[in-house]
Amino acid sequence: MDDMDRRIIDVLQQGFPICDSPYQQAARELGLTGQELIERLRRLLTDGVLSRFGPLYHAERMGGALLLAALQVPEQRFDEVAGIVNGFPEVAHNYRREHRFNMWFVLASDDPESIVEVIHSIEKNTGLEVWQMPKIKEYYVSLRLKA
Amino acid sequence: MQITALDRKIIEATQAGLPLTPHLYRSVAEQLGVSAELVIQRMAAMLEAGVIRRIGAVPNHYRLGYRCNGMTVWDVDDGRIDEMGERIGQLPFVSHCYQRPRHLPDWPYNLFAMVHGRSEAEAAAQVQRIAEVLGACSRGHEVLYSSRILKKTGLRIGG
Repeated sequence: MDDMDRRIIDVLQQGFPICDSPYQQAARELGLTGQELIERLRRLLTDGVLSRFGPLYHAERMGGALLLAALQVPEQRFDEVAGIVNGFPEVAHNYRREHRFNMWFVLASDDPESIVEVIHSIEKNTGLEVWQMPKIKEYYVSLRLKA
Repeated sequence: MQITALDRKIIEATQAGLPLTPHLYRSVAEQLGVSAELVIQRMAAMLEAGVIRRIGAVPNHYRLGYRCNGMTVWDVDDGRIDEMGERIGQLPFVSHCYQRPRHLPDWPYNLFAMVHGRSEAEAAAQVQRIAEVLGACSRGHEVLYSSRILKKTGLRIGG
């Protein structure tokens, strides 16, 4: 990753144009051609520096729901349980954390009822209690990280 | 916002990522059998309404050098939680800050703040700064560092 890659990541975390030639437009600000920007994005995605390039959709604003949940997974069952949890398309992301609550995941769906169903399924398929940590209030959410 | 049937199709076609083609909205439109103008118009409407939070790059924290990603959780006085949540959310290094329910006695924490450090010392200093702001309003805290990304796809609908 070079300085231009870092600039691309910083600039493209702030937004991306909706127009006929968006890469070309975004590239101009960076001093690149549209094709050069596309090639760099392809490499950053392939290398895993970017996990995604595209719209971040807001489940709640489309009438759906989001839920943070946690599990206390016995160490010897960790990979098995991760496989079960990750198998649900409603699981948007999942992190291992160093704590007795060692698995934390976010469920997201355009259908709030499916969230309840997935929780029941995870409990049934793992035999573990799902600890629900719904948002009561959002004080701040940033969508950027300095590259 | 009530999303339309076309919006839903656009979401399904783009939720995993946008095409890396020069006229990407034309590519999406061709896939859906509608005009590029319509795709551009609906995506702009969804962005305006906040159904799309933003369009752009989603980096892997670890690959940017942020090795120490901590979910800091705090047991904060209920009477001051909103005031403190706002203050913690405004700290420059906090990326997310939420109030969530306690689950007593197992889980006494009601304030969650995410911090990201390139080193253990940097993350520890961030935690320390939050502790200073909360002062006696916090009766206890823990930091849950992430050690592995098990999944990071974002929202997926349909399919």
